[in-house]
Amino acid sequence: MSAHGNNNEPFTDSSSDFTEYWIDLFLGIKGNEYFCDIDDDYIRDRFNLTGLNQEVAKLPTLVDIITDMVDIELQPEEHRDSLEHNARVLYGLVHARYILTQRGLNKMFEKYKNGDFGYCPRVNCQLHPLLPVGLEDLPRSTSVKLYCAKCEDLYNPKSGRHAIIDGAYFGTSFPAMFFQNFTHAMPVHSKETYVPKVFGFKVHEHSNLDRWRSLQRRKLETRLTGYGIDIHNTSGGFVEEAAPEARAETT
Amino acid sequence: MSSDPEDDYVPWIQQFCESFGHDYFVPVAQEFIEDDFNLTGLSLQVPYYREALYTILDYQVETSEDAPTTNAGNGLRSGSGKRSDLPNKLLLSHSAELLYGLIHARYIISKPGLTAMASKFERSEFGICPRYYCDGMHLIPVGATDIPGQETVRLYCPCCSDIYLPLSSRYLNIDGAFFGTTFPGLLVKMFPEIENQCKLRINKVNQDNFGIRLFGFKIHESSATGPRMKWLRQYPALEEERREYAECELELPPANDGGVDMSVSEASEIEPDFDDDRTMASEGI
Repeated sequence: MSAHGNNNEPFTDSSSDFTEYWIDLFLGIKGNEYFCDIDDDYIRDRFNLTGLNQEVAKLPTLVDIITDMVDIELQPEEHRDSLEHNARVLYGLVHARYILTQRGLNKMFEKYKNGDFGYCPRVNCQLHPLLPVGLEDLPRSTSVKLYCAKCEDLYNPKSGRHAIIDGAYFGTSFPAMFFQNFTHAMPVHSKETYVPKVFGFKVHEHSNLDRWRSLQRRKLETRLTGYGIDIHNTSGGFVEEAAPEARAETT
Repeated sequence: MSSDPEDDYVPWIQQFCESFGHDYFVPVAQEFIEDDFNLTGLSLQVPYYREALYTILDYQVETSEDAPTTNAGNGLRSGSGKRSDLPNKLLLSHSAELLYGLIHARYIISKPGLTAMASKFERSEFGICPRYYCDGMHLIPVGATDIPGQETVRLYCPCCSDIYLPLSSRYLNIDGAFFGTTFPGLLVKMFPEIENQCKLRINKVNQDNFGIRLFGFKIHESSATGPRMKWLRQYPALEEERREYAECELELPPANDGGVDMSVSEASEIEPDFDDDRTMASEGI
């Protein structure tokens, strides 16, 4: 008996008057963990949708679906799938714009703090949280990538579900905007590198390259100090071991 | 030892390599383990070394559980002389895994071991590099240290020459010492085609496209959020940079003591750079 009840309930739920919000449903789908929720007002403001009618058809209907003004179940059945699909595309494209606004940035900051976008797999980054970024602002070109502010490099998402999300739903400007806004979130870069060793000896060409790279870093440090910028253990600067003189004094 | 009598008999090594999370290991050849020379020094690192070795080789091993009932009072171990040396099963299996891991680290830098690991590498069984610009380069397991019990296994990407954490948490309890620090360097040296694959990938990436942008504009390095880690993935490209690279062959050229000359010679290099960025109107951002 109870099994019957369970079977019927979700079915009646979806067709009855009681509906969940479209956005909540969308965010609840597995693989959509990178998205934050967009305020209704932001989506309804036509100004924020400028140009998007070129990307998706029936823009006004889609907006109504996303903001729950129109129930998608009431649409003709043959259009439902394409409407749902386009609604998701539209949500993604609006999302890319929304996360550059102050409210959007704040929401993404929360997600960043919670590690919703994952952590940098590089050992020397010590599990620094990542940020989603697109390589193109045009939809359907490349999938989303993850940016680590500590090593300033791009990584592929760990899960295949995330690897298929369009990068345009986050945009190319998001990480830069994020750190312009939350300068304090800018990490202190690590100078540590890895050089492969064979029987305890560093492999020569890697060691050579590593030395050359640290020379490049030193040049950058000299330049920055020349601008009068403090880079020692400050956010955006480099982790600094105790100065050699100081160490000499202690020993 | 004959393995015929029982049908469902699985050798210990095979059992170990097939168990959950152990898919980075290759089976070590029996002859390699039987050669005492290959085990030099391991008896000091592994408790119950003899018993562990016999377990790996599927010889009969007596554990304290198997011991005859003369040892009735479990608490009175010291009383029954010889028997007290017998390990219990749990301890023994731990010792055996430790010993096998340490032998494994030695085996994979021998010729047959390298070949076995290379074919695993070819099949991408250690995963692919998570870094976007490495374009799915296959990874190689590595230990941060050769001493067991210190760090878990890491993965080395020959393309960016960096180490990463395994994607799946199932590898987070595997000791890095079971692969050793030497292995990736040796593998890349032994199979030069790996280096060729990497060179192709490195040349494909245009270094100028690096770095995040805000509405299409690069951010200047003098901003705290500007690009400051470019050096980490940089390769010498210009004539000047190649010369510097050659200078770095044996040691880093002296830094701040000769800083006066350096800053002068650098100043001429910086300025065009600086102007260049200023045209990007990025310093206000």
